[in-house]
Amino acid sequence: MQLFPCPFCGPRDETEFHFGGEAGKVRPEPAGEVSPAAWSRYLHRNANPRGATREIWVHLTCGEFFLMERDTVTHAVAASWSLRKEEP
Amino acid sequence: MTARRISGSGASLSFSFDGRPLQGRAGDTIASALLASGVRIVGRGFKYHRPRGIYGHWTEEPNALVDVTRDGRTTPNLRATTEWLTEGMIVRSVNAAPTAETDRSRYLDRFARFIPAGFYYKTFLWPDWHRFEPSIRAMAGLGRLDPDHEPPADAAPVNARCDILVVGAGPAGLAAALAASRAGRSVMLVDDRPEPGGSLLWNETEVDGVGGAEWAGAVARELRDRGQRVLPDTTAFGVFDHNLVALWERRHDQPDRQWRVRAKTVVVAAGSIERPLVFPDNDRPGVMSAEAALVYLKLHGVLVGERIVLAANNDRALAAAEPLRAAGAAVTVADLREGPVIDGVHGASGVEAVTISGRRMEADCLLVSGGFTPTVHLFCQAKGRLRYDDRIAAFVPGEPLPGMAVAGAANGAFSLQEALDQGHAAGGGNGVAPRAAASGAPLSIKPAWPRPGSKGRQWIDFQNDVTVKDVELAARENFRSVEHLKRYTTLGMATDQGKTSNMNGLAAMAAITGRTIEATGTTTYRPPFVPVPFTVIAGRRRGELFNPVRRLVLEAEHRAAGAVFREYGGWLRPAWYGPGSAFEATLREAKQARETVAIFDGSPLGKIEVMGPQATDLVDYNSYNTLSTLKPGRFRYGFMLTESGVVYDDGVTARIADDHYLVSCSSGHVPGVMARLEEWRQDRFDPAKIAIHNSTAGLATLTATGPRSRRLLEALALGVDLSDEALPHMAFADGVFDGATARIARVSFTGDRSYEITVPASKAPALFAAMVEAGRPLDAFPMGSEALLLLRAEKGFLIAGKDTDGTTMPHDLGVRGPRDRRAGEYVGKRSLFTDDAMRDDRQQLVGLSVEGETPLPTGAHAVDRIEGRRRSIGFVTSSYWSPTLGRPIALALIRRGLGRIGETIELVHLGRPLKASVTPPCALDPEGARLNA
Repeated sequence: MQLFPCPFCGPRDETEFHFGGEAGKVRPEPAGEVSPAAWSRYLHRNANPRGATREIWVHLTCGEFFLMERDTVTHAVAASWSLRKEEP
Repeated sequence: MTARRISGSGASLSFSFDGRPLQGRAGDTIASALLASGVRIVGRGFKYHRPRGIYGHWTEEPNALVDVTRDGRTTPNLRATTEWLTEGMIVRSVNAAPTAETDRSRYLDRFARFIPAGFYYKTFLWPDWHRFEPSIRAMAGLGRLDPDHEPPADAAPVNARCDILVVGAGPAGLAAALAASRAGRSVMLVDDRPEPGGSLLWNETEVDGVGGAEWAGAVARELRDRGQRVLPDTTAFGVFDHNLVALWERRHDQPDRQWRVRAKTVVVAAGSIERPLVFPDNDRPGVMSAEAALVYLKLHGVLVGERIVLAANNDRALAAAEPLRAAGAAVTVADLREGPVIDGVHGASGVEAVTISGRRMEADCLLVSGGFTPTVHLFCQAKGRLRYDDRIAAFVPGEPLPGMAVAGAANGAFSLQEALDQGHAAGGGNGVAPRAAASGAPLSIKPAWPRPGSKGRQWIDFQNDVTVKDVELAARENFRSVEHLKRYTTLGMATDQGKTSNMNGLAAMAAITGRTIEATGTTTYRPPFVPVPFTVIAGRRRGELFNPVRRLVLEAEHRAAGAVFREYGGWLRPAWYGPGSAFEATLREAKQARETVAIFDGSPLGKIEVMGPQATDLVDYNSYNTLSTLKPGRFRYGFMLTESGVVYDDGVTARIADDHYLVSCSSGHVPGVMARLEEWRQDRFDPAKIAIHNSTAGLATLTATGPRSRRLLEALALGVDLSDEALPHMAFADGVFDGATARIARVSFTGDRSYEITVPASKAPALFAAMVEAGRPLDAFPMGSEALLLLRAEKGFLIAGKDTDGTTMPHDLGVRGPRDRRAGEYVGKRSLFTDDAMRDDRQQLVGLSVEGETPLPTGAHAVDRIEGRRRSIGFVTSSYWSPTLGRPIALALIRRGLGRIGETIELVHLGRPLKASVTPPCALDPEGARLNA
């Protein structure tokens, strides 16, 4: 059971969180101008890196989405921060 | 072996083994009591049914598995070495019938050479494995599961934190806990034995000037006095991410329970396990671990033999000779480092003599030690890597892990002072480490690994009946990696997970393949360290609490009205009311709802409020249908799509004010809809300008539906103008009930005139009573969910997830308007224009009608001839007998369905051919006249 640091609530068990997606994806718009390939990338393509990764997670109990940097191999969490603030 | 009790004072306890009444003492394990009673054969080998005796003294025991009945409850496959004897205990051997002594399958050993490792993969292929399976299954397996075994009352898991969690209260663990505690840190010390001390309990020694066991007791007392937690009878069985350690606490008068401990540092001081020696017939009863003999002598007053041969390759094990002699046994020592070789053991049902280097010696017990394997399980579960240490002929922890220290024998430190020093350092190293009187000799081991190519049957894994020849066979067939070796031969599987066999197994493979032991490596260590009861892992999460249902505020009222409850979308709701079968009751209610007025509890329906200056933008973006054009006081029906364009949910949204919406969604989708609204609120809009609130739980909704619903509402006198001009279909108005706001909404899930009345949950009982009272002259009645599902299906109103699947897009449901005309972005929009979305052979929702009285089976497949072969073109999603129409109705997702209306199609269900004609989804009142009737 991992501990994730919610920027608002502090460290909590991973069962309180849902994965939101890899950070940095921008929704391509407007729909009429988005190529099938670009839309497919947005929907389905993920880097899924081995090692350091930046992801969006949501803390279900407070409802806040936030950014988290963690390692997919060691499961070490480097940092997390609110989407409402500038990154440290 | 003629083991006997030589000392001890515990109260006498009666128990039985394989039906034989026996006596033991308080403080005995089942194993020590069996030994003291002279029982030699305690079980049978898994495969060949050879007689087996007690080999070890604790968790490592591979042979002595027993079914234990206590207080009428039987628990299978317990190790006799770790179960404490209680009065009246019934103990039975496993894998033997009628008893371990007289097992009728013992003839199997004579066929051993025909059933080597993997024989059933090869032998029973032809003509069909399934023909052999029943008889093989009947012979396989261990204990007997008692189907009536209802485990004792649940115990909730305990969550705990500490600075240092010390696993193992032997010398290293005690030193670690003491140092950490004296440095002011919070400590938890756990040990799977009832007393602290570990090896100090059976090795004569002094620490800090007192006897080892006495010192251990004093340390535990000091820890407790300082407020630290000391848990005896507790096994740390698993390490999980971020230093979460799972403990199994065994309690005497209460159910066992699980602890989940989050420790800043875990100190693994779990000791070591003595390895067997590998020689011909080394599985005979009476061949025993040397350390086990010492434990039975020192802790239980049981001397395991009169004429003992002690064969060992290290000083630690050879030190057992003196205390055994002092207890009165004749002990012959064979120091294997000096060249002697064990040629074999004599005696078919137990040791009668031993031949060492050609010299036969009469003996009733052969004590063996091939060295000690550090108990590195927790370190390895935490992804630690091992390195092979030649000095002790064993794997030890390699690179240290953050947040974990390994100390004492678990870290390869076999001298007492070294263990104390390592523990002290692991605990922070404050002050002076405890001093042992004698520093303890080094292990001084000379490896004695299995030798391939040698004669006779030499056991490596007692529990799984794996011999050196089986390892050779695996190597010949190229199963050379230890992971393949394990799976091919079953070496290291089952309840002991190779605690005594893994090292010998991989050393044999190393020798056969000409690799080093280090290069051969170990198999992966996974939790649990020992078998843990499921009740401990589950805690309270079982039965009703495994996945708790949500309950209606009106549950008691529904029960009083005769409701039969079922679960719908996580809620326990009335399925129907009154007597009769589900089918009859549903038809009765569905018919009456079209004639009078039904009262339906719609409280679980999602009610999510979206407020603020950007609320309109958010609900518009979230919805397939435009909502910004909605007037306050009105509803609109629509879909929510996923970004893949698939229908996620349907429902109505009310505009309460310009900047205030009420989004209603399916009961089961409330958390999901909340999550997606929050996601877009925070990711796309200014979160300070939108607030989202889930008011589902705080409100109750009762619906009156049917031709007489307006008369029922009038009788309630809620202060709202109910004329169709003032309150048309898809409008709402606020009235008052019992001093609280009552929102009256004209939405309809049945196709009939309907009014939803939403009040604070606290007013629900009074409202329900008032509706029942007001409805009495109108033939009003409570209606369950089953009838509602039927009424919806008559109207072709879909249920998202039932009448749609993971590919259904809104235009597949005939709702094309927004896709064709709506400008601006909304969730899922781009996906509605992919090549796949624009295929002309998509599955579309249609109705089906059949000849005759029998409804189509739900799930029946529609089929078509495609390239000469019968292929599915869709399936029936909902199917009912309609009491109002007097004929069966059905909804189905059919490829190109909307283009087939009027056509007859073929269906198949479980091989049976069926026919139906395709219709529009709505079977009743397609003009919608009933809404205002």
